[in-house]
Amino acid sequence: MSDKKVVRQQSKRIPMQKQLPEERAHNFSEVALGYSPDEATAEASRCLKCPKPRCVDGCPVELDIPAFIKCIGEGNFDGAIRIIKDQNNLPAICGRVCPQETQCEALCVLGKKTDPLAIGALERFAADYELKKGVKVRRKRKSTGMKIAVIGSGPAGLTVAGDLAKLGHEVTVFEALHKPGGVLIYGIPEFRLPKKIVESEVNYVRRLGAEIRTDTVIGKLFTVNELFKEAYKAIFIGTGAGSPYFLNLPGENLNGIYSANEFLTRCNLMKAYLFPEYDTPIDVGRKVVVIGGGNVAMDSARVALRLGAEEVSIVYRRSEQELPARAEEVKNAKEEGIRFQLLTNPIRLIGESGWVKKMECIKMELGPPDESGRRRPIPIKDSNFTIDVDTVVVAIGQGPNPLITQTTQGLKTDETGRIVVDENGRTSIEGVWAGGDIASEEATVINAMGVGKKAARNIHNFLMKKT
Amino acid sequence: MVYRIITKKELASSVKLLEIQAPLVAKKAKPGQFIVVRIDEYGERIPITITDWSPVKGTVTIVILEVGKTTKQLGSLSVGDHILNLIGPLGNPMEVGNYGTIVCIGGGVGVALIYPEAKALKEAGNRVISIIGARNKELLILENEIRNISDELHITTDDGSKGHRGFVSDVLKKLLEEQRHINRVIAIGPVIMMKVIAELTRPYGVKTVVSLNPIMVDGTGMCGSCRVIVGGKTMFACVDGPEFDAHEVDFDNLLGRNQRYIEKEAVSLKKYEG
Repeated sequence: MSDKKVVRQQSKRIPMQKQLPEERAHNFSEVALGYSPDEATAEASRCLKCPKPRCVDGCPVELDIPAFIKCIGEGNFDGAIRIIKDQNNLPAICGRVCPQETQCEALCVLGKKTDPLAIGALERFAADYELKKGVKVRRKRKSTGMKIAVIGSGPAGLTVAGDLAKLGHEVTVFEALHKPGGVLIYGIPEFRLPKKIVESEVNYVRRLGAEIRTDTVIGKLFTVNELFKEAYKAIFIGTGAGSPYFLNLPGENLNGIYSANEFLTRCNLMKAYLFPEYDTPIDVGRKVVVIGGGNVAMDSARVALRLGAEEVSIVYRRSEQELPARAEEVKNAKEEGIRFQLLTNPIRLIGESGWVKKMECIKMELGPPDESGRRRPIPIKDSNFTIDVDTVVVAIGQGPNPLITQTTQGLKTDETGRIVVDENGRTSIEGVWAGGDIASEEATVINAMGVGKKAARNIHNFLMKKT
Repeated sequence: MVYRIITKKELASSVKLLEIQAPLVAKKAKPGQFIVVRIDEYGERIPITITDWSPVKGTVTIVILEVGKTTKQLGSLSVGDHILNLIGPLGNPMEVGNYGTIVCIGGGVGVALIYPEAKALKEAGNRVISIIGARNKELLILENEIRNISDELHITTDDGSKGHRGFVSDVLKKLLEEQRHINRVIAIGPVIMMKVIAELTRPYGVKTVVSLNPIMVDGTGMCGSCRVIVGGKTMFACVDGPEFDAHEVDFDNLLGRNQRYIEKEAVSLKKYEG
């Protein structure tokens, strides 16, 4: 084995600069600051250039990882982003929010002996480099004359729209909110995914040729069945998980209790953290409890902190090992001083004059695994206790928004209300595909992009066969 | 899409009527539905019931009571101005059937909200008894419009300056006590008014429908800000409503929830008028 290879195998990852916890707990600026060109080249040089690269198998959008890493290592950043953009239209987003540690980086051979290659950070670097420089759009293919409707401008919809527009189809994206991006704009906070970045990535999809129509609620303004009458040849439904779950606990409708969707939408989409410059208000008391353990719970807790809460706690019914959130976000939350009240379940919310004041909880222990494969939480009898609380954010998950499924004739759904699809995203209606949270429980941005990619390919083949 | 204001009328002090270009919404609007409006980039999203619409002209008409920053800002716009975002039609359309005799009650700006419903019910062949009320005769709006689509019209003012001195509920009480054959009551107005109406009709077993006005953000069912308790269950007014069976609604909870931002609303208003 060469000396160089030995060195690489033992080398530690170049750490990414982050805002210090004490500072970032009081601002909404991006926490992770990205690599400098030198850091990027140095990190890229750690790549072992495996003859049979394992990383590629871990990427839901099929990036040619070894190729773009090689370019960065050589200082050819333009080459790197060109390779990335071949497969992924939203790399600045992916580089920031993909759980690479469970995907490409989990398969990286370097990970056996030392830190896996920071593939995500390098993708982000290349994407940001291009955004700063100015994004070039390669010449579009000739128009096929085929109209495609994409419902929802979240990660699934944007991926489908970008890929199909690149192939020359006439894509129109219908978005219910007043800004495109879906969960990228309303769900993920500014300090994890700056909205200017989302706007730039969305603009790229527009420049590829997709039209994005905001303020358009399909299911209300038009139904899916009506879209076919408007000569759309194929429809992709990517309307997401826009229906918050509540626990149905006594007292859950007291003032001071939010669903995570409301809490985050006020803050991220409506910029309530800049009230009164922006008109939408948000209220956060001194003691905040966020119920849940996923990324949305971490986001809600870290937002509450930045809005001025003195004490923010995560209340989660299982233990740390079972937390579904990305390890990095849990770490960031802890660094910022967020408390973790684990193996705890809320049973009742107690109010005074219509406002929540206390939360009664019960301690939990872990039994054998349940259907999710995780150990089942079981309440410990008579272990009830009460905590003081001013604000509660319920972040236990979102279900599919029923607007489309209730207004589309012939669309098969499962018992959760999600659209039933095959491995290519085809629904029970010919010419209609679906993907992302409306069709799957996966609930990650990258999964939505991955299924979007597959669906786009399938839609393209379906349309071209027809002519 | 540019949502331009083509007509503006002052119906009463602090009550403005705006007719706005929104051709797609105008084609699809049905009685009982609402739009969500955002005036500009800094604005909040607020729901407003659609009072009237014209598919031919491509416009929707709304009536607003100027209370806080956003409604005052809306009321200050002129013909030719435009608003940035207009989303609709949202909410479930009202149930329209031939029920017989319907009492339609509108309180304050609620008169503008009951108008499309009363009109639709009249067109469906119902006998429409309308009761409209305001604090005084200057604040009474759309009297002629309501008169034109009602078989019977009763007017109330708190100060007695026009019609019956008192509240809309007084007139309803009289109608119920007179044992008039009433098949259904629809009431839209301040929450306390709708609560009182519900309690009046409950012992008579008359089906009563109200349109609820909780605080909303998106209006499409994704956040739960507008959650109300109906029949002991949590419902989202924007997608399960906005109309509900009044005898099932927890009005006290709604009254409480509508107060949750009064401090911030005052800050916003002070800054605007500042």
